[in-house]
Formats: sequence, C-alpha cells, structure tokens
Amino acid sequence: MSTPLKRVHGYLAEFSSTKDVYHAAEQVRAAGYSSWDVHSPFPVHGMDEAMGLPRSILPRFVLIGGIIGITTAFLLEFLTQVVIYPTVVQAKPANIYTIAAFFPVMFELTILFSAFTALFTCLIMMKLPRLHHPLFNSQNFGKFSDDKFFLCIEARDPKFSPEKTKAFLAGLGGANIELVEDEL
Amino acid sequence: MAEAAHDSHHPHAGGPSHAKVLLREPLVLNNRSYSWVTDRICGIVENPQPKGWWFIIVPCVALVAVMAFCFTYLVSTGVGVWGPNHPVAWGWDITNFVFWIGIGHAGTLISAILYLTRQKWRTAVNRAAEAMTIFAVMCAGLFPALHVGRVWMAWFLAPIPNSNAIWQNFKSPLLWDVFAVSTYFSVSVVFWFLGLVPDLATLRDRCKPGIRKIAYGLFALGWRGGNRQWRHYEIAYGLLAALSTPLVLSVHTVVSFDFATSVVPGWHTTIFPPYFVAGAIFGGFAMVLTLMIPVRKIYGLQDLFTMKHIDNMAKIILLTGTIVGYAYLMELFIAWYSGSLYEFDAFKWRILFGPYTLYYYAMFFCNVIAPQVFWWKKMRENLLVVMIVCMFVNAGMWYERFVIICTTLARDALPGAWDMYHPSWVEIWTFIGTFGFFMMLFLLFLRFLPVIAIAEIKGVLPEADPHYDPSKTKGDNIVPAPVYEGDRHETPAPASAPLPSGAAPA
Repeated sequence: MSTPLKRVHGYLAEFSSTKDVYHAAEQVRAAGYSSWDVHSPFPVHGMDEAMGLPRSILPRFVLIGGIIGITTAFLLEFLTQVVIYPTVVQAKPANIYTIAAFFPVMFELTILFSAFTALFTCLIMMKLPRLHHPLFNSQNFGKFSDDKFFLCIEARDPKFSPEKTKAFLAGLGGANIELVEDEL
Repeated sequence: MAEAAHDSHHPHAGGPSHAKVLLREPLVLNNRSYSWVTDRICGIVENPQPKGWWFIIVPCVALVAVMAFCFTYLVSTGVGVWGPNHPVAWGWDITNFVFWIGIGHAGTLISAILYLTRQKWRTAVNRAAEAMTIFAVMCAGLFPALHVGRVWMAWFLAPIPNSNAIWQNFKSPLLWDVFAVSTYFSVSVVFWFLGLVPDLATLRDRCKPGIRKIAYGLFALGWRGGNRQWRHYEIAYGLLAALSTPLVLSVHTVVSFDFATSVVPGWHTTIFPPYFVAGAIFGGFAMVLTLMIPVRKIYGLQDLFTMKHIDNMAKIILLTGTIVGYAYLMELFIAWYSGSLYEFDAFKWRILFGPYTLYYYAMFFCNVIAPQVFWWKKMRENLLVVMIVCMFVNAGMWYERFVIICTTLARDALPGAWDMYHPSWVEIWTFIGTFGFFMMLFLLFLRFLPVIAIAEIKGVLPEADPHYDPSKTKGDNIVPAPVYEGDRHETPAPASAPLPSGAAPA
C-alpha cells in the first residue's frame, strides 16, 4: 500500500476587484518573486507593467510568417507561370513583368501565413493547449472565468516558503488562500 | 474625461463660465456586474431554448434538405437545370455568391476595423457578427463550387501538380478570387476561434462534469486566464485584427475584379472596388441588425446590446448606403461623360428600356432612398423602422448584384446575341435553401456558443480598469449621458423566460 504522492504547485489567493489584484501584483513583483501569475476573466489594463512583463515578441514571428507567405506565393506564381509552363493568355506576357498580376495572390498568402503564424505561435507561447493543469484541482479557481481574480505563487519559485508566502499573500488582502497540489 | 473632471476641483476653475463634463453613454447599462454578464450570456447556452428556436430551426433543416436535393439534381443532371444561357452565363449563382460574401464583410469590419479604431461598443456585437461572416462565406462558397459544372473537377482550382502538367492561370481574377475567399474564410475562422477561447473556458468552468465539460474543455485548450497568457493573446488578437483589416477590403475588391477586369460594358469600370466594398459593408450591417434586434429581445440582452449600438450601426448603414448611391450616380455620369457608346448603351438598357429596369429601380429605392430615414434620430430609435429598412437593404443588395450581373450580360455588345435570363426552379430553391442553411448555422451557434464575447464585454465595464474612481463620475459639473428612449422603457426579461410561440431570432 502506498499513499498517493502529491506535489505542491503553489499558493493561490483570491481577489475580488482589478484594483486589489493590481496592487497585489505590484507588491509581489517588488518582493522579488519570479514564478507567479495573475489569473483574470479578462485582460487587466496595465497588468503587464504591474507584473514587470516585457512586450510579447509574437509580432516578430508573425513578420517571418508573412515573409514566408509572400515568398511562397511569388515562387508558386513565377515558377509555374514563367518557368515551368509559360502560358500566354489574352496576349499577356509570361515573364517577370507579369508580376503586377501576381500581387493579389501574393497579398492573400501573406495574410494567410501571417494569421496562422499568429495563432500557432501565440498558442506555443501561452503553452497551450494542455489537457490538465494543477490549478484545475482547486475548487475556487473555476471562478477565474467568472468574476474573481487569482494570484498564484508557484512552489518552484526560489523565494517560495510554505509559511512566509502564505502570510505574504494574506497581507496583500488575498482571500481563500489555498495550497494547490497535484497528484504525481 | 478623467482629466477634465480633475480640473474641476481646481480652486480657480469655478465660476459661471465653467465647462461641464458630459459623460459618454455607458457601454453596459444598469451597472451590471461581471457575474451578471457571465450568467446572462452563458444562460442562453445552458437553459433550454425558447420554443421559437425550435419553430425556426425545423423549417431551416427542411430547407437545407431541399438545398441538398437541388445540388444533387444539378450535379447528377448537369448545369442545364439552371437558367443561365448564352450570353447570360452568370445568373443567380454568381449573384448569390456576391450577395453572401458581401454579407460577411460587416462581421470582419466590426471585429477588425472597429477594434483597431478603438470603438469599444463593438464588443457586444463582434462575436455574432463574426459567426455571421463565417456562415455567410460558407453559403457563398457553395455557388462558385457548383457552377463550375463538373464538381468533381473543382480541385483544378487548387495549385497542385497534376498529370496534365497544366497550372492555373494566376493572371486570372477568378483564381485571385479562389485565394481571396479561401484566405478570408480561414482567417475569419482563426480570428473567431481565438476570441472564443476565454469564453469557452467560462462555459467549461460552469459545466457539471460530463460530455459537455469535456467538449468545451477541449476547445478551451486548457485556458487559465493567466496574465502571462493574456499578454500574448492580446497581441495575437490585435495582429489578427490588423491582418483582417486589409484582407476584408481586398476580398470584395477581388470579387469586383471578376467584373472590372473584363471588357464587358457596364462592368469595365474603376469605381467597382470601393463601390463593392462599401456595398458589402452596407448589406452586412443590415444583416447584423436583422439578426441581432430579435436576438437581444428574445434573450434579454438589452443591457449589453443597447440602443446606442443600434444607433451607431444605423449611422453606418446611412453612410455606406449613401456611398453606394453616389457610386450608382457616378456610374451613370461616367457612362455619359466617357463618351463610350457601349458604356452609354449598357446603362440605357439598364435603367430605361431594358427588360430588367424594374430591378434597377427596386435596387435604387432599397439601397439609396430607404436608408435616408436614418438621418432622423427618432427613426434610428424605432426598432420597427430599423428592421424594415434593414429588410429593404437586404433585398436591395441582392437586387444590386442581379442588376450588375444579369442586366449587363443580357444586353452585351453584340445585339444579335441578346437573350433573356430567367432562373429555373432549381436555382430559386437553391437560393432559398442557403437561407435555411445560414439560419440553421446561426441558431446552432446561439445554442452552443456564447453569442456575446464575455471576456471582452467584462473588459469594457468601468470597474475593469484598476484605476477606476467612481467619484469622478459624480459631481455638480458632470452631466450624465442622455438616455435613449428605448433603453429607458425596456426592462430586460430573464434569459429563461417562456416565449410566445413563433417568436424567434429571425
């Protein structure tokens, strides 16, 4: 017989307004924690600054996606229309000067590739999709998608301490402070 | 506003000439809380649907069956079962294609362009409008796919190597159209899905364990609303809006190229791209209002989808309708001013002596005259008037496409080739069937997905701002926003209220 092993994920504190969780986040950041997050039903304005998070680098990947899109379209059109199978239709030439007629498809594929890059890169950066997360073991956490705001400090944070972190979160005004665990 | 309110506390700022601060209309009425928003919107999905929902969806499914029958008959027999002939090779099929794809444009305008221009009122409408976009593009796509005749050869449209070693003609606007429409559909779905993820998580968190929870959970992708996720999410959403903005303008531009790059008199004009885009937005907004005015009433969403929204959208209909009217008149002017005999003749047949002049005047009345009532605020606030005008616009935009396509082809450059076009019963029932298909999809959307973007609407509540100070909205020098007549009297019904039979979101 063995007792099920559990791993501590972290402490979860509940707040009921954006104002409270915003100020709490500023103080958690000032206290020097690094593995923590604020969970809210909608993006809270200014929370990135309060948490000290830099601007997402997603646009750079989308730019690369767009460049791949426009290149793909140009090669597809140029190679098929000019190199492999030059076809004169309606007396329009089959050479590089035909490029004006290639623009619409080049534009569309730029948008298409950029949009898919934005979606998939964003999912990768958000570490989604995933089927399970320790936070879903919490009874309270489901309210994050309704009207509550949560601040979770994870146990893997070097500054995490079972007693001090709990007292710290209580001092910030967090309610229902809960130790979130996950079965191994 | 906040700064102006602050100035008022300045000791020297008082006096008779003191400026008053006029507050904006609130986006959500009656000071609703976050949880009220969640309950009201999720309630539509979670509670049994009103009887009217069933009264509408059953005939819609029947119409889908009729549409499927018409398609089967068409494919098994041949395109001869449709009415097009020579010279009218494009009949109702392409008319309907342009009609449906145009309707989609309002959804993308609301979700992308109004997002970039920070029009926060869009949050109450964008989900339903984007859904409408996707369903309308699905209806649109059926027509070109089937009018090719041999549907099993439709894969020839895709640039894939084949044993014939012949490639598509990339210089053809018809192929541009294939790329434009398929890109538009894909990007609209991506944009819609990304916006849905946080709301699917809300539905997931409210479900009891079971199949529904698993389904919503899978599509919510394990969303936890962490700010380390939101920061990427918001950038991705903004980028998709920025990508969709030129895309939506390009799609109807490319559709108009199908006509404008030809040499047919009446089609070969440079005004087509802006004229088509304005018309698409015009018709799309009318369809959004046609769907959403009943939905807000039946599901009790008056506090979220307010009279302010209807007012704004009516103004956009007025603006774009007037642009369309300008384009109609400019076409006539250029037909005369260009000195081209063929162009002049095309319009002479179109508006004076041709077989389809009645369609032209119906189009002109529905699209240009009818929306002019929106100059009056009283008319914009009268939902019956708004609905009637929207119905005129819906019909008028269909007439517009018919006028452009069929009247032009029936009287082309060579009088010996002139012929009349009449739709066959197969075409008529196919078109009616697509309305059933569209409504069926929209009703299923209402049944299974949140009709208003929950996370976004919470974000525009005043208390969503961490620096919100309620004291700044009260004071001697602060004038509350004027209340719309309709907002004052309507008391929202509970989401699960029983409905009179026959009442439905249609």
